Amino acid sequence: MGEAIAFYTLSAFILGFAILVVTTKDTVHSVLFLVLDFLFVAALYVLLQAPFLAAIQVLVYAGGIVVLYLFVVMLVNLKRPPEAHQDPHRASKLGFGLAAAVLLELAAIGVNGYVNPPRALAPAAAIPVTGNTEQVGWLLYTSYLIPFEIASMLLLVAMIGAIVLAKREL
Amino acid sequence: MFDTDELVINMGPQHPSTHGVLRVILRLDGEKVVDCDVVIGYLHRGIEKLSENRNWTQIILLTDRMDYVAAATSNVGYCETVEKLLQLEVPRRARYVRTILMELQRIASHCLWVGTHAMDIGAMTVFLYAFRERELILDLFEEFCGARLTYNSMRVGGLPLDIPPGWDKKVLEFCDIMDSKIDEYETLLTHNRIWLERTKGIGVISGAEAIGLGLCGPALRGSGVARDVRKDEPYAAYDEMEFDIPVGTEGDTYDRYLVRMEEFRQSLRIVRQAAKGIPEGPIVGKVPRLIKPLAGETYHAIESPKGELGYFIVSDGKSTNPYRFRVRPPSFANLQGLRRLVRGHLVADVVALIGSIDIVLGEVDR
Amino acid sequence: MIDSFVIPLLKILIVLNTTLVAVTYMVLLERKVIAWAQSRLGPMRVGPYGILQPVADAVKLMIKEDITPVRADKWVFTAAPIISMVPALIVYAVIPFGPEVSLFGRKVSLYITDINVGLLYIVSVASVGVYGIILAGYASNSKYPLLASLRASAQLISYEVAVTLTLVSVILMAGTLSMVGIVRAQEAGHMWFAFVQPAAFVIFFIGGLAETNRAPFDLPEAEQELTGGFHTEYSGMRFALFFLAEYANMIVVSSVATTLFLGGWLRPFPNVAALSFLDLIPGWMWFLVKSFAFLYIFIWVRATLPRYRYDQLMRLGWKVLIPAAIANLVVTGIVRVLLLR
Repeated sequence: MGEAIAFYTLSAFILGFAILVVTTKDTVHSVLFLVLDFLFVAALYVLLQAPFLAAIQVLVYAGGIVVLYLFVVMLVNLKRPPEAHQDPHRASKLGFGLAAAVLLELAAIGVNGYVNPPRALAPAAAIPVTGNTEQVGWLLYTSYLIPFEIASMLLLVAMIGAIVLAKREL
Repeated sequence: MFDTDELVINMGPQHPSTHGVLRVILRLDGEKVVDCDVVIGYLHRGIEKLSENRNWTQIILLTDRMDYVAAATSNVGYCETVEKLLQLEVPRRARYVRTILMELQRIASHCLWVGTHAMDIGAMTVFLYAFRERELILDLFEEFCGARLTYNSMRVGGLPLDIPPGWDKKVLEFCDIMDSKIDEYETLLTHNRIWLERTKGIGVISGAEAIGLGLCGPALRGSGVARDVRKDEPYAAYDEMEFDIPVGTEGDTYDRYLVRMEEFRQSLRIVRQAAKGIPEGPIVGKVPRLIKPLAGETYHAIESPKGELGYFIVSDGKSTNPYRFRVRPPSFANLQGLRRLVRGHLVADVVALIGSIDIVLGEVDR
Repeated sequence: MIDSFVIPLLKILIVLNTTLVAVTYMVLLERKVIAWAQSRLGPMRVGPYGILQPVADAVKLMIKEDITPVRADKWVFTAAPIISMVPALIVYAVIPFGPEVSLFGRKVSLYITDINVGLLYIVSVASVGVYGIILAGYASNSKYPLLASLRASAQLISYEVAVTLTLVSVILMAGTLSMVGIVRAQEAGHMWFAFVQPAAFVIFFIGGLAETNRAPFDLPEAEQELTGGFHTEYSGMRFALFFLAEYANMIVVSSVATTLFLGGWLRPFPNVAALSFLDLIPGWMWFLVKSFAFLYIFIWVRATLPRYRYDQLMRLGWKVLIPAAIANLVVTGIVRVLLLR
């Protein structure tokens, strides 16, 4: 019962902040609402008994990625006068149309999943089930090793690319 | 790809690190300084013009207030210039005591320099330690002439009063204390990795360029030019003293720092020699009651802690005031080098460089 | 009921209040220690030997006029110092001050909670603290504080990487992310991790100095920053909150270092029976002694060393500390797998 109350409250906050992210006029406020959103999603992870994921969500998303978003937004704001913060080219109708299309697709997937139940997943290797951290660690380094390595490579390429773009003389 | 335009930033005249009312306008490209414009004059009090309405003895008071950190040296410079114009003989005892006072003043000025320079770079403890030693010197001066900052301690032809009994013993005691204190400053700074990174390679200027800009004092000696007025044109009792002139090699801030640290020790050497052998005799020479030199002009320079301090005086032979009184302050000449020194460095280095050339605005603006 | 609500609440109240008082008295401690290093006495007038100085400072800051820049973002302007302060305080939820003791017939653990991702929680909360600085610069609605705050936050996130890598080596040695578990691992291994992982200890300390914007890494706050850095436009209590947040972060770094590297609540040589008379001093007292030793070293370093220029600071973080931390991690991993199984 308590869990249900917690879940619905958290979801309400998450959805509320998400709506605020897209509707706020000031870009920086938008980013800040996004941070709050991520923090509440981390709380949701705790509810799902995945404290490792919750901590990583805060550390990487809220504490790293959004900080970089904030840097960019603030520096771009610096170049534009405050009056131009509201985008005059905002294509609201197209945006609503695309959002409706995505919602329809989600509904279609949901109905499909209900009508045709999914196959049973292949049994995973024997994981010493001690805690969330250990589980994630085992999975990452055994079943999902290749995607893990590819993701690391991708991040390295992105880092080098950013340095090359920003540096004036190499 | 993205174009960044230049930023113009104003430093001062009210700024904690510009050592007085100095205004520096910096042109930055990102973080690098492209050019700088030095604006002075905020401390101009018209000393040279005032001198034209005062008689030759009253001007000594005004010379105190130019380089207020090293007032005794300014006093001696002026008095010696007038003595040169009058062709006066200064008794040996007076010359020895003047030497002691000037060298003590050099130590006091360098104490203030090392304290403020280190504090600008972030090592705030050295400031407190250096001022503790400066207090000891100021106590010695107070015992001699009654003042701590603006001494008025010289007269044309000698000194106004003789040293109190036991004063030379106290001076020797001070020398013994000071030796270990200089080691203390060096322990904190000379081999400190952070200090080295903040001062090595910053503000490099070659000897030829330094001469071309008219730099003098430790700023010139740091670049390898062995020019010191005490050796080249000895005055007071310097021809009877044994001492070395420290000279740097690279011409960067670290070398200027090392030159001044070594000057500490050389000054102590001179003070010891002089204090041990003060000759007996009169403390002031034969000076006419009313100083009225014949018409003529003369220039005389001495080595103040900041560099070559020169006085040019013109007397018209008729009045008791000078016709023209012109000072050649070392800080003014050195400050011209700032523009050349800051090019290509970062904003945080500008403060280190202003400290490295050791300026006193009282002298620059007069 | 009592065990699940009242006792944790009491613990939270005690820890929070002690921390806040400690943070305000850190101001006095720093002034006194730096003064003694500089052959002077520090505050001596307010109260005997200046003990009541923090009270005077607090009163002064509270009665100052509250200036908000005209076109500043009011909500963000007020929120920034709070965002700086709160992470420093909530970290205390997982720091173990002592083992389980029996008080009034109950078994009470001298820590608020022990989650099994304790160390990760600390790191993630610390990374949120960066927002305070970024938003402070932004909310001031002025070019120079904004650029200064971006530089300060860039410094923070760079050194966060080095610090987190050293923490990974500690986790490798301890085998667990829980703070209490790490202390127990040091107890079981008969040695504080400072001796087992000296490189990680040094890197953590240097990184901690940079994370809290302390000398020699305090250029973002110094006068060379032509304006006052990111807190130029702040006055009164908001300004005070920034500085209290800095001191709170210092205490957090000291507490975490004590737990991870200096054995937490363990007395020196915890397994040597001959020294068991040292057990008279309770565990939490050992913890406090070690934390204060760390704080003293923080202040000592500030009084002694000059400060790094910004580019030298970033070069040190990226080119020296991070490779050193990675090397330490690799060596630790190899040793752990091959030798210490």
